[in-house]
Amino acid sequence: MIHIENAHKTYTHHAEEVTALDRVTLKIEAGEFVSIVGPSGSGKSTLLLLMGGMLSPTSGTVSIDNTDIYDLPPNERSRFRGQHIGFLFQRFHLIPYLTAMENVMVPFLLQGDGGEAASQRATQLLSRVQLEQRFDHKPGELSVGQQQRVALARMLANDPPVILADEPTGNLDPETGGAIIDFLLELNKTGKTIVMVTHTPEAARMTSRSIRLTNGAFVN
Amino acid sequence: MKISHIVWKELFERKNQLFTSFLAIILGITVIVAIRNIMNYSEKAVAKELDALGANILILPKSATVQDYYSADMQDEVFPEEYVTRLTTSDLQGLDNLSPKLSFSVPIQNKQWILTGILPKQEFQGKAAWQGVGIFSKPENCGTVPDASQNSKPDPGALSRKRVIETLLLDEILVGADTAAALNLKDGGSVAMMGTPFTIAGILPSTGTIDDSRIFAHLHTVQDMAGKGPVLNAIEVVGCCNAISGGLVGKINRLLPEAKVLTITQVVDTQIKTNRLMARLSMLFLGIIVIVGGASIANYMYANVFERRQEIAIMMAMGATSGFVLRLFLIKALVIGIVGGVAGYFIGTGMAVYLGPKIAAIPVLPMPSLLLWALGISIVLNVGASVFPALRATKLDPSTVLQEA
Repeated sequence: MIHIENAHKTYTHHAEEVTALDRVTLKIEAGEFVSIVGPSGSGKSTLLLLMGGMLSPTSGTVSIDNTDIYDLPPNERSRFRGQHIGFLFQRFHLIPYLTAMENVMVPFLLQGDGGEAASQRATQLLSRVQLEQRFDHKPGELSVGQQQRVALARMLANDPPVILADEPTGNLDPETGGAIIDFLLELNKTGKTIVMVTHTPEAARMTSRSIRLTNGAFVN
Repeated sequence: MKISHIVWKELFERKNQLFTSFLAIILGITVIVAIRNIMNYSEKAVAKELDALGANILILPKSATVQDYYSADMQDEVFPEEYVTRLTTSDLQGLDNLSPKLSFSVPIQNKQWILTGILPKQEFQGKAAWQGVGIFSKPENCGTVPDASQNSKPDPGALSRKRVIETLLLDEILVGADTAAALNLKDGGSVAMMGTPFTIAGILPSTGTIDDSRIFAHLHTVQDMAGKGPVLNAIEVVGCCNAISGGLVGKINRLLPEAKVLTITQVVDTQIKTNRLMARLSMLFLGIIVIVGGASIANYMYANVFERRQEIAIMMAMGATSGFVLRLFLIKALVIGIVGGVAGYFIGTGMAVYLGPKIAAIPVLPMPSLLLWALGISIVLNVGASVFPALRATKLDPSTVLQEA
């Protein structure tokens, strides 16, 4: 499903070259729930962005469903991302001036479908995360847990086969965080491939495979 | 949901910035609309006044002055009558009426009076070379001077206003109001000049000009009496004021290089100066709005792109193409442009209607055509100034932005 081959990523910081990922190779099969753990600055988020087609490697390849995503032109890669990958971020990144319903409608709009069918699907998704009473609330009017659930509903809008979650429980209390992990587990059971960066050992233990990253390289 | 829905909601999310941005564009458009509106009505006022003057171009001998013309004291200065042929056979546009004249002084009852020879319209029609050249046909959109040919009955009073008269026999004269009063002449009576008897075809109404002291006779009769041959010492021209602004005087000058061509613009000089000032101000404000308004919009848009970088990044993560991001900002610029243009038009029109009579001493009415003009400037300016900020938005690196903070 996801195949990273010898991916190397370096940054230049104050004229010094910094290695974020050191020639990593990783295969994730369809339906896996993989957690990536490691200390801050170890390259976890970089790896996730690399998988999501958001950050091109300095060298190496990243394939999803046998498509080398960095071989695609930028706009094609954006479309591919919209159709195949769902992102879940620690900071939610909801659009502040749009309501919960409108936030969930954005992915549909980006795929060229903002009509009635999309509206019904958004309603279903928000109901699925128990936000039936919050359709018209803006993010600022929601609790952090509710905001993360809106982000979950938005992520599922285009029914992506791959979910990339970057510390999705990092801003949440243990109870709400646990509910989000439960939700991800439920999605995994429906066949979604999930890669989750986490600092929480409990969350990592819930996944089918855990990978530790230190200084940009995998360790056993 | 459509992209315009996102644009609309975002506009109201940042009301203060929106207000500042609108203010810059609305002020600029307001000033330009107001100036152009007043300028337009001021130009119309000039046109009306020039038309009201009747003859507005004078063709005089080279050495004569306009004072000579007004005092009718130019008997010694002449030029050939052939100049009229040159004018009538030329392709000059905007000549409403021509009135060739020859004046000299004649004694009547031991006093000197100005005898002025004029050519009635029938003489123009009688000359094949002068026919069909549009001299008596008013060009489209020309001034308000009525066509003399519309009068079937001879009207001596028309001479004062239109500078032409339909018919005048070789032994007929028209007498100015003051002359008639001084000599006790009556309509239908007769008088002798230099031994030649003349029938009085009409007494002219008082005009308050030198014409009141003249006696008008057929040009060819006057030329015979003067003994100078087929010559003139003035041609009065009723020119279309649009054509005058378009350089008619210069064209006549080129056609008749030996003559002096003058426009009677003194009366409307202030109005013309106001128009010129307005035109310059209009251009100045157009320049200011392009620079200040454009910079303000561009600055606002750059700031907007920076503020919304996380939002743009997340949209890119969800599959937004660069085209989508570009549209997001350009539609916003279009909305600001439309609203700014419409608001600027209405405020500017209100200002023009209110201030026009005070600034230019003319009544000013709203000009709907300026709405399109205001919209055009506002939209082009807003969209133009937003292109680079919008392009910058499309080049955001979402991975960097999403890792911030």
